[in-house]
Order: sequence, then structure tokens, then C-alpha cells
Amino acid sequence: MLDLGSFLERVERADDLDSVQALIVELRDHYRIAHIVYHWVSADGEQYGCGTYPLDWVHRYVDRDYIRIDPVVIGCFQRFHPVDWKMLDWSSRPARAMRRDAIAHDIGTQGFTIPIRGPNGQFALFSISDDRSDAAWDRFTTDHQRELILIAHYFNHKALTLEKGRLPDPARPLSPREIDALTFLAMGYARSQTAEMLSISEHTLRAYIESARFKLGAANTTHAVARALAEGLIVVGTTARAATGGWPGREDDSGVA
Amino acid sequence: MLRYIHARDLHAYPRLSASMFRDRADQFATRLGWDVTVDADGLERDGYDDMDPLYVIAEGPEGLHRGSMRFLPTTGDTMIRDHFSDIAEADICSPAIWECTRFCLARGASPTTAAALMLAGGELMRAFSLTHFVGVFDARMIRIYARTGASPEVLGVQGTGRDAISVGLWSFGDEARARLIERSGIPSDLSERWFAEAFGHAVEEGRAAA
Repeated sequence: MLDLGSFLERVERADDLDSVQALIVELRDHYRIAHIVYHWVSADGEQYGCGTYPLDWVHRYVDRDYIRIDPVVIGCFQRFHPVDWKMLDWSSRPARAMRRDAIAHDIGTQGFTIPIRGPNGQFALFSISDDRSDAAWDRFTTDHQRELILIAHYFNHKALTLEKGRLPDPARPLSPREIDALTFLAMGYARSQTAEMLSISEHTLRAYIESARFKLGAANTTHAVARALAEGLIVVGTTARAATGGWPGREDDSGVA
Repeated sequence: MLRYIHARDLHAYPRLSASMFRDRADQFATRLGWDVTVDADGLERDGYDDMDPLYVIAEGPEGLHRGSMRFLPTTGDTMIRDHFSDIAEADICSPAIWECTRFCLARGASPTTAAALMLAGGELMRAFSLTHFVGVFDARMIRIYARTGASPEVLGVQGTGRDAISVGLWSFGDEARARLIERSGIPSDLSERWFAEAFGHAVEEGRAAA
């Protein structure tokens, strides 16, 4: 079993494309599948990515302009749920030829892609491929879908952070509710107490925390809190600790800033 | 029946989709008086319809729209983020949460239609490892949702009366699914078959790890 938390932690810590590449190779080896690829496609057809595809296939893909006919790219572009390659439209002659070419380059006979939509219309794909039987592949993708979706999006978050120039302000600010939730957690309150103070269910609190974690690119809640503190997004100072009767400023008529 | 249709495929269902956009005009412009855009053909569309959403449409026996809702992933651009983040002070962004907007019921739709749509939402959650939907809806829908047995947790309300707009968070467990099957009158296997027809694989996919 993959230790998802510690893997995401290492994605979070990766500070250049080489470390992202190394993590993808490691993940592929862990799953014992043929390939994993992260593929960013911009609106003007520019592409960028990393992964385990052999270099000659990557060059061939670019040289032959396969991006224009690739059923994976075309099929995922206007969708946002995970897609098994078997469900895509391979009926055209160029698509069938590309598939034969891909198989000849050991890409695999099976594939599964998670389309990713980021801010400002950003679009990327996270794909895995292998040679397993239909049944074994179904089992594999079923068992790993949830973690693959998370991993795909954390890789994308990292790519956005490393390639800031590609998009105007990719960072998504924490919402007031997320700041509240992280602040209470930073102050040491339990989830149940935090939910109560925010007048929400623990289930909803979970959604806020997941959202804050994802925006911060943090592998877990502890990291999210640490990062939010480090970036000055939340403030838990001596004033807050010394305060009795709740968080300053959130009490009625408290008048405390 | 319940149909799951991506925006790119709506053209294959011209009658059904036109009746959906017409019923949306009737609900949001005529009945609620919201500031929405209705074109010369009487269809209500907005910018998010152009952002490749997924629609779930309840289709009546005549092939016309009875109810629908629209989904977008919260990791991308969403309506709540752009227009309603003040209501709930929450701009949710997670790969496991989709946004649900334009929840619409045709005039005279049977009470089971809302439950049927909710059931479809639950199938999406099961199939694609989602934890929640975050939705924006006419606040008076809350009563209708309550009757389906799958109510959202309301995060915030803006305005009053007919102008009230709410943001809420849904999740569906097995119990909610059982209630929705009962109240929609749609058997579990039929619902799963409709899902499989649309997505080419069983709804169970992704469930093991969810």
C-alpha cells in the first residue's frame, strides 16, 4: 500500500521539476505499472510535462503532432471525471494508427487518465498506462482511483507553483471560513470544538479543511496549519492565547481587533 | 430516465436540451425574477454553460426536460467563486468536491423528480470518489430537498423571500441513497444502468477506495 500522506508530503516539498520527475518514477515503480505521465496542455496547443514515457515516444508525439488527434487529449478536454482509455473514441484511422504506434513504443495497451481543471481555464492530464488484462486493469483503477485523483491534482498544484509565469496569479486565496477553521485548529482546538464554534457540522468542517489543504498544496492538516502560519495567512499570537471567552473579534460587542 | 450529458454532447439531444434551457428561463427569470439572461428563443444560458459542465437531466416520457442540474469541478473556475463566495464566506476548492448549480424543476414536475436528480448526484459521488457537492440554489428549494431525504447543510443565505439565494454542501451516504431510491421510485439497478449507459462503466468503479 502506498503511504499516500507521506507521498503527498514529498510532492509538497518538491522544489524543481527534477524532483517531481523522480517522484513520478518512484510512483510508477511502486504501482508496478508501465507508465505515469503528467501532461499540461495550454489553450494555444503548447504542451509541457514530465513522466516515464521513453524519450523517443515523446519526440515522436511532438513531431507527428499527435496532440491534435490523441483521443485521450480530445476525450478529456471537455470532461473532468477519470476516464478509462477503453471508453474513448479510437474509431478514426489516425487514432488507430497512433494507438498502434504507442503500443509499439511500449506505452501499454491499457490507460486511465484524470483530467485536471485549474484556475483560469488551465487544463492538464495525469495518465497511467500498462499491459494488464481488462479485468486486472479495472481492478487496479477501481482500487486506486481516489488516491490517483489526489496525486494528480497535487502534481498539478506543484506544476502551477513551479511555473508561475504560465498563468496570472494561480494561487487561490483561503476563504474566511477556511481561515477560521485553520486558526482554531492552530490554537489546539479539536475538530469537534472547531465545528461547534463555527456552527457547522464536522462533515462540513472536513470540506473546509480539505479545501484549505488543497489550496495550500499541503499533504495533511498539520502542514496546512504550519504553512498558513508561515505565510501569515492566519495569526495565532499571544493575544489569542491569552484571550478568554473566544477568539477576539468574533465575540459580539467584544470590540477587540 | 436520468441522463448524464456533457456540454459537448448536448447537440445530440436538441429537443431535450432546448426544453432544459427553456425551463431554466421559466424557473429563474419568470418565477424567481433572478437577473439571468434569456435569449430571443426563450432559453436561459450563462457563461458557465460554455465552460464544459456536466448536466444531469431527468427526461420525461415525451423526451422533454423535467428537471436538471449542472456540475463543474471546484478546482477550476466556478460560479460560487466568481459570484457567491460572500454568501458562505467559503470558496471551496478540492478535487473531491464538485459544484452544482442551476438546479431546476420543470413546472408541474412530479415530486419524485427532485429525488431522482439527487439519486443521480449520489451516483456521481460514488463513481468518481467525491466527498461533497457544493451548490448554489434558490433558498425555497430547501423544503423540496428536505422532502427528498437528502438535504444540504446550508452554509449561508443572501437576500430574503423570492430573492433568497443559498449556498449549501451535500454528501450522500448509503442511508441517503436508500431514501432516494424509495422516494424517486427508481430501483437501484435501473439507476446504475443509466449511469453505465452514460459513462460506459459501472457506477461501482471507484467505490472500493471511496
